[in-house]
Amino acid sequence: MSIEVKNISKSFGSFKALNNINLDLPPGELIALLGPSGCGKTTLLRIIAGLETADEGSIILSGEDASNKHVRERQVGFVFQHYALFRHMTVFENVAFGLRVKPKAHRPPEKEIRAKVHRLLDLVQLDWLADRFPAQLSGGQRQRIALARALAVEPQVLLLDEPFGALDAKVRKELRRWLRRLHDELHISSVFVTHDQEEALEVSDRIVLMNKGRIEQIGSPREIYNEPATSFAYSFIGTVNEFRGHVEGGYVRVGNDLLPHNRTDLNDGASVIAFARPHDTEIIKGAEGEGVAAKVNRILSSGAITRVELIANGDARQGKKDYFEVEVTPADLAALSLATGEAVRIKSRRLSLFGDK
Amino acid sequence: MGSPPSLVARPGAGQVELTAEGSWTVAHARSLDGLIDETVQRMPPGQPVSVDMHRITTLDTYGAWLIERLVRARENLPGGVRLEGLPERYKSLFDQIQRADRAPPVPAPSRFSISGKLEQLGRATVGFGNELLAFASMLGALVLSLGRVIANPRSFRLTSTVHHLDRVGWKAVPIMLLITFLIGCIIAQQGFFHFRKFGADAYVVDMVGILVLREIGVLIVAIMMAGRSGSAYTAELGSMKMREEIDALRTMGRDPVDVLILPRILALVIALPILTFLGSMAALYGGGVVAYFYGGMSPDIYIERLREAVSLTHFEVGMIKAPFMALVIGVVACAQGLAVKGSAESLGLETTASVVKSIFLVIVLDGLFAVFFAAVDM
Repeated sequence: MSIEVKNISKSFGSFKALNNINLDLPPGELIALLGPSGCGKTTLLRIIAGLETADEGSIILSGEDASNKHVRERQVGFVFQHYALFRHMTVFENVAFGLRVKPKAHRPPEKEIRAKVHRLLDLVQLDWLADRFPAQLSGGQRQRIALARALAVEPQVLLLDEPFGALDAKVRKELRRWLRRLHDELHISSVFVTHDQEEALEVSDRIVLMNKGRIEQIGSPREIYNEPATSFAYSFIGTVNEFRGHVEGGYVRVGNDLLPHNRTDLNDGASVIAFARPHDTEIIKGAEGEGVAAKVNRILSSGAITRVELIANGDARQGKKDYFEVEVTPADLAALSLATGEAVRIKSRRLSLFGDK
Repeated sequence: MGSPPSLVARPGAGQVELTAEGSWTVAHARSLDGLIDETVQRMPPGQPVSVDMHRITTLDTYGAWLIERLVRARENLPGGVRLEGLPERYKSLFDQIQRADRAPPVPAPSRFSISGKLEQLGRATVGFGNELLAFASMLGALVLSLGRVIANPRSFRLTSTVHHLDRVGWKAVPIMLLITFLIGCIIAQQGFFHFRKFGADAYVVDMVGILVLREIGVLIVAIMMAGRSGSAYTAELGSMKMREEIDALRTMGRDPVDVLILPRILALVIALPILTFLGSMAALYGGGVVAYFYGGMSPDIYIERLREAVSLTHFEVGMIKAPFMALVIGVVACAQGLAVKGSAESLGLETTASVVKSIFLVIVLDGLFAVFFAAVDM
């Protein structure tokens, strides 16, 4: 089922949680709503589900306006961050609940319900826990049961609200992979909310990046990572080195230092923020010349790539202490022969510039 | 710490050039303070001033504020103060300082002023209106849900209702009996103690009978219910709301009012009259026990007097009130439960509010009933 969000706005008192959101999500994809805490992503998900009403705008599901439809008519499956399993019911009863409470005309016979619940529990690989109570399960198991319960009613859309937010790092990683596999099997349109960029990049077909109630960028994980559209997108996704300064011809002036760039459409004196990924940043020996002056702080050489952490005087971030990260290959590292505390310069092979407000 | 700060003045052509150097931080507060004061005093008032700052090695809010003070002191003099060569890294700090403290502070409205009182009154009125609205909407949702159940009796959740009836009715019997028995004893004892002075011992039974059946029986039981069962309802629904179980119900197409609230309130409405009856009997029994041991009245006489003093009307008055009080307790408890926000703190607050409000409303309702029954001569 395709989901279309049109001009949705929502305020809580004077706080604008969503500001004129427009989205058009094709059917069958696994979509991540990504953004920092308080950016409105959970509110948007709840509005799509019908658990919350928008102040303005409409939600269109499969080409049909669903804004005034009740939750139960929207045919959505919802998975909550804290599982929301019914405590006094066994795992089996929890999963069967959605089917058993259907009006008599649509309710499948008991035998069919049993078969279906066992099939779903098989799908989430927890059939052996059918007779346990939620309190006897681990967090990861509970969330998988919650997912089975959401799938039981054969929803047209599956909505997941920070599904792995309350789990530890290792279980998260496992469940992430498992969710992707499950989606590849079922191909049900899914939207999940997360503040974990790694999760969004790894699992989703498409990312909707949000900030302060607005959409910053929509794109595949590759696009979002490689071609961030805004300075927020750049600084939110992945590790990045940030320089603030103003344009001086072919250079960006950062404090007393000059950083070369290759944009031609910028006016002299314009304030800019420049970003460079650690693998696009290089270290130059010597304290003079192009590039931003920095001191080698730590050299972390575990794995195939060595990460060098550097500290600068604070000009690039205007006050906050500057930490830069550079990734170098072992061959380059040997050629550079860096020592901790050494004064060097860093510059970037691929500098992205954004106007600073 | 860095090198000590300095501010050197050099009179130039028609202007004063100041050069700031070193570390302008709070560590050098004493010398900095003197430095600025001295410079401000010594400078001729009419000339423009420029401050060269590019040799400042470190700067914190204190140092930045001193420089800003210098700027503001000469703001209205011709020429003013020009700042030059501020290191890039301190730009945002300086921008902040320049904006700081420009507008005079808005005086906090006094809580004792008329406008303050008016504001409080306004807020209280709006708060009261919102509470009334929540109560009315819960009542409306309940009536709708009841209508759905009557239209389609199979959707009624009988098991859940019986379960709650067991919890708020059956399991509450011992404590209700004990409390009402003791209350009956106390009323009778006080009656005998005071009425004896007038030789009116016999009328103690009238007082106990009428008081218990009309007022005390139902009031005590309703207040106990609000504390015992109303708070439990609020806490249960609140914790379900916190764990998003209520949202989960809604996404699966069930109305939480049908599933959770209707059985609970119905159980309360059924249980309270039964408990009121049992409680009243226990109180009368307590009165009889005291009459025998303390008042020296034989049980036969006690029952005979009771039969004369008490009519069915008194009993009816008490019993009619009971289901309405149950409804008020149930609706308040459930509305407060659904008002719980995400935190455990809010759960505690709402539970307290639920008990306080329902006891208050029970007593208000009792007063209204008193007026009503007086009007219809009951």
